[in-house]
Amino acid sequence: MANKTLVPGRGVNGRDRAERRLAVRMTAPSLVIMALVAAVPIGYAIWLSLNQYSVRTAGLSRFVGLENYISALSSSEWWAAFGQTFLFAGLSVSLELALGTAMALLLNLAFKGRALLRTVVLLPYAIITVVSAITWQTMFQPNMGLVTNVLSALGLPGGDVVWLGEHGYAMAVIVLADVWKTTPFAALIILAGLQVISSETYEAAELDGASKWQAFVHITLPLLRPAIVLAAIFRTMDALRVFDLPFVLTRGANGTESMSMLAYTQLRENRLVGEGSALSILTFLTVMVVSVIYVRFAGGNIREVAKEEQ
Amino acid sequence: MSTLTAERPTAEPATRPRAPKRRLRGEAKLNPLVWVFVVAVMGFSLIPFYWLVNTSLKKGASLSQGELFPSQPTFENYLVVFQNPEFLLALRNSVIIAVVTTTVALVFASFAAYALARLKMRRKALILTLILSVTTFPAIAIAAPLFSIWREIGLYDTLLGLIIPKLTFALPLAIYTLTSFFKEIPRELEESAYMDGATPFTAFRKVILPLAVPGLATTAILVFISVWNEFLLAVTLTTSPEARPVPVAIAFFSGTSEFDQPLGTISAASVIITVPLVILVLLCQKRIVSGMTAGAVKG
Repeated sequence: MANKTLVPGRGVNGRDRAERRLAVRMTAPSLVIMALVAAVPIGYAIWLSLNQYSVRTAGLSRFVGLENYISALSSSEWWAAFGQTFLFAGLSVSLELALGTAMALLLNLAFKGRALLRTVVLLPYAIITVVSAITWQTMFQPNMGLVTNVLSALGLPGGDVVWLGEHGYAMAVIVLADVWKTTPFAALIILAGLQVISSETYEAAELDGASKWQAFVHITLPLLRPAIVLAAIFRTMDALRVFDLPFVLTRGANGTESMSMLAYTQLRENRLVGEGSALSILTFLTVMVVSVIYVRFAGGNIREVAKEEQ
Repeated sequence: MSTLTAERPTAEPATRPRAPKRRLRGEAKLNPLVWVFVVAVMGFSLIPFYWLVNTSLKKGASLSQGELFPSQPTFENYLVVFQNPEFLLALRNSVIIAVVTTTVALVFASFAAYALARLKMRRKALILTLILSVTTFPAIAIAAPLFSIWREIGLYDTLLGLIIPKLTFALPLAIYTLTSFFKEIPRELEESAYMDGATPFTAFRKVILPLAVPGLATTAILVFISVWNEFLLAVTLTTSPEARPVPVAIAFFSGTSEFDQPLGTISAASVIITVPLVILVLLCQKRIVSGMTAGAVKG
């Protein structure tokens, strides 16, 4: 574009400096708030996690080094919560990506009622997670839930199961509730990716005699990769932090306790501030490691976006 | 919109023209299988809502037998909810927390987002990465220490004590969304303001902010929904009905008596707080979609 070279003020040093100064002043309030309420507490959490500290007997604080971490890492509870959280994240994110991609393809087709479909698909996003959990709880109530009733009416297995009372079934309900609420998010990100693929690419493929399926595998999927990876990152980070769904649906019973829930239980219910802090730092580290791995190996586009920002 | 993107500094050669939005493939001749899928998706999205409303209208035997349609629909559950002082308090708390957090986040985030989108700045990529990394923090990592700090300085179980940490998570979301909205505003507008002798801040306040109102509205909706929805901080940092917001109140809702099946009243309360958000989504559907996808894929 020709007008780019005309940008005035390029050589004007005064404005340059004024701009930089303004930029610092404009970002400072947000950065200060985030530093005070994110970085400082995390630093404090690390300190707390190195102490034995009980709220029950106020003020009792004793430096114990890594003892809280050692006891957490050698406990079966932590590894169970760790495994369950990853099981939940793996199941729900892969379902959300598959279903989200299918939904996005559907929403990208031109048909009467597309606008209605888009609105309907978006509705679960409006419901708060706690309510979504309650909704699915009522659907799977023994004898009085919609799903259990329909299953027994059809003579299918599962009608007489206490869904939230058994590990595998409870996990299925938790995954389903998450898929229901957040698939729209994945679908919209992927739809945005679909809409920047130009229709000429498909026309060219069609001229070359490619079938629809070939076009999907060789054009759509590769071009959609950045959008799918982005949706995967957002959804995985969220899934690894899961708290509301198991809290409402099972209170963590039947082996559905997530990492966040375990830390919460130690902290609030058992009043073990030191151990609770160690568990929350471990949760934090786990999520960090996963996000770094993601950006490294799957999210080449994320780094490019970051570079472009410079 | 395509005219705006054409003016972005990454002056691309004409090899990638934007496809006109209306020309979509497969028009009219939809495979019947696709219709089956459309119906399945609609059912999957809507049936849980139906069941929630259905449950909220039932009492006693009608509830415990799980009738597909309430044979004697009753609004009694709703009456119980509205007469519950704890629920009303929770509603008030949620409104205060969400409104204050959204407003403050929007003010600070619009400054930061403008600087990041437009101004010359050192270490911009690093700052953006730091801001984005806050969104990946598990809330429990700050909930645990805040639980201790707040108890010592008296912010535990107060509205302010919830607003501050929620702001920390609302800010990056707002900054991220607003940055991509600000980038879409043509640069020429500021340039002409500079020509007229405006300072960068005046250009921001008088030229950019008014143009960014749709983006600000979109961001406000997204932030409001996420703050309203947030649960972990709310449940960790509050203990009394005076400070509890709606999600926590509902999670701890119990029946009027031990023998009462509280599912009816819980469902009624759930419907009550879902209706306003559903209306918001219906009204602002386009905005929500553009906000959720802003900057994500447009690049």
